[in-house]
Amino acid sequence: MAQATTRTGFIANLGKIYGGYTGGFIFFVILLAIAEQMGVPNKIIGYAFVFLTIGVYAYIGILSRTSELSEYYVAGRVVPPVFNGMATGADWMSAASFISMAGGLYLAGYGGLGYVLGWTGGYVLVAVLLAPYLRKFGQFTVPDFLGVRYEGNTARVCGVIVLFSASFTYIVAQTFGIGIITSRFLGIPFEVAIFVGLLGILVCSMLGGMRAVTWTQVAQYIILIIAYLTPVVWLSTTLYGFPIPELTYGQALNEIAELEKKLGIVKPHVAAYVDAKGQFSWVEFHNFWALVLCLMVGTASLPHILMRYFTTPNVRDARKSVAWSIFFIFLLYFTAPAYAAFAKREVYRDVIGQQISSLPAWVQNWSQVGGLLTIKDGNSDGILQLSEFVINQDIIVLSMPEIAGLPYVVSGLVAAGGLAAALSTADGLLLAIANALSHDIYFKMIDPKASTVRRLVVARALLVIVAIMGAAIAGTRPAGIIQMVAWAFSLAAAGLFAPLVLGIWWKRTTSMGAIIGMMSGFGVCLYYLIATRYFDMPLWFGIRNISSALFGMPVAFIVTWAVSLMTTPPSKEMQDFVDSIRTPKGDLAWVRGSQHE
Amino acid sequence: MAAMTPAQREAHWRKTTRLMWTLMVLWFVFSFGVHIFAVQLNNIVIAGFPLGFYFAAQGSLIAFVVLCFWNASAQNKIDEEFGVAED
Repeated sequence: MAQATTRTGFIANLGKIYGGYTGGFIFFVILLAIAEQMGVPNKIIGYAFVFLTIGVYAYIGILSRTSELSEYYVAGRVVPPVFNGMATGADWMSAASFISMAGGLYLAGYGGLGYVLGWTGGYVLVAVLLAPYLRKFGQFTVPDFLGVRYEGNTARVCGVIVLFSASFTYIVAQTFGIGIITSRFLGIPFEVAIFVGLLGILVCSMLGGMRAVTWTQVAQYIILIIAYLTPVVWLSTTLYGFPIPELTYGQALNEIAELEKKLGIVKPHVAAYVDAKGQFSWVEFHNFWALVLCLMVGTASLPHILMRYFTTPNVRDARKSVAWSIFFIFLLYFTAPAYAAFAKREVYRDVIGQQISSLPAWVQNWSQVGGLLTIKDGNSDGILQLSEFVINQDIIVLSMPEIAGLPYVVSGLVAAGGLAAALSTADGLLLAIANALSHDIYFKMIDPKASTVRRLVVARALLVIVAIMGAAIAGTRPAGIIQMVAWAFSLAAAGLFAPLVLGIWWKRTTSMGAIIGMMSGFGVCLYYLIATRYFDMPLWFGIRNISSALFGMPVAFIVTWAVSLMTTPPSKEMQDFVDSIRTPKGDLAWVRGSQHE
Repeated sequence: MAAMTPAQREAHWRKTTRLMWTLMVLWFVFSFGVHIFAVQLNNIVIAGFPLGFYFAAQGSLIAFVVLCFWNASAQNKIDEEFGVAED
């Protein structure tokens, strides 16, 4: 009883609580800024940022501990739309978005905007086609829905297979990112850093499951957005006198265009669909929209994102929550091109074509720290040509505080932001995997009579096991992290989008149709990925394998449609069930014998 | 189950579907339609932003946010009209 009151009191005071938290965090940053001015070494400041923020997340994790199933799996379904939106934002924005994306835009120009579009537009699909209906369905996981709508454990297991493939690929990439950030800012070896990161992930999620992860993610969003915006807002004010970088970077683009002419650079930053020589290329054009499509549909198919809408109180709030999610995500994504533009302007203006002996301080600093920035005077003329300047995309965000002339404390802040982004995504993914294994495989299929206590023990044990597996593989330094993330999207899109959307919007979809359809789509996608990556199969139509779902997804839809028409239509009971899913108010019309809580 | 007659249920779903298609068409326009003309649009420069680049970097994103908020409010209105919005 007392617990329930404290919990409601918490929800009623969310604004005050997180307002206080934000104030406290800003105060902490100011304190560290003062410490830096007083001569405290950078290393200590770095440690302070990393350990204090992880400490806060652990604290929230402990406060959110629970022994209640609905709290562990769906945060008790009490998360209001705005806060759920923030949590989803953190869940969504991983180390790739936070650290690498701006750098990707720097290197690729317009071509990189495929990621910006692809990783935002999918939310429209979520909002319109899926979230409200999954929320009405209201169980714990996405395979849950498949198991009930497609009447049995075959569909459920297929769902788990796709979920696991996509989410596990993704989590390996995240753990790798966490290892990189932690090792860089703590100065410890990568292999050790991965396990420090692992602990960071687990303290947030073990005791409280989705409840802990949600509230931690809200805290992590606040940190990551402050960290991301601060350097560029500062630079925008310094350069153009106006603190909104997303508006002022137009001027930077202007300057870049002129510098490109002056330096004889053939591939303009803003030119659409051009190859390395600056010529229009159909291959680039087709890969652009294919990537956009696969990333958008993948967004609407990733279980750790769809799960985020199970935690809202009702259907109406689920819809609102998707809107808030994309808004909070938008804040970061529409800022990334500004980062790229400011960095490029700086490089073209003050770095390229300058004397190598007198390059700006930030270039000299970063060229000394392992491998992210290399300067090689190939033609020994003492001047830096564009080809002699090799920059890793991760540097753009990490070095922006120095480019903007800000003190080290802001670099520490950016590191804390990147860590927050990586930890939050890793937690969301880990929970999606462990929950599917514990709820769909263990509880629904192995031991339907398991007690609450046992279910939670299994869930937590799986969390630890999957986390360790992820860390172990990440420790082998697999190549192509952004690639791996894109594969996760394609696998999810090819395997899950068709059965989910058709299950809700087309009553005629039969179980056999959905099962065969989803495995066909997933299979084609997986085949394309593996064959092109490991067996040198030539690309189909020049489409790169980061867009494998371009082939898998249509297969899934066509096969589902065709096989459904060839098999017996769903029963009247099932059709009534679908009707009840489409109606926000009222109970669900469960089909007799379907397993549900 | 919510007390709708089959005719009402059909009408509700028809309105819902129509809203869905409207939003999907707009989504398509901002996801793909506009960007097909990126090369041509880039010839127009506003405040330093080539328009093709602008749409991919910011314009379409704003549209996506608007579409999601519009969806939440419009669909809720439909639900309330048929008495099936939750309390």
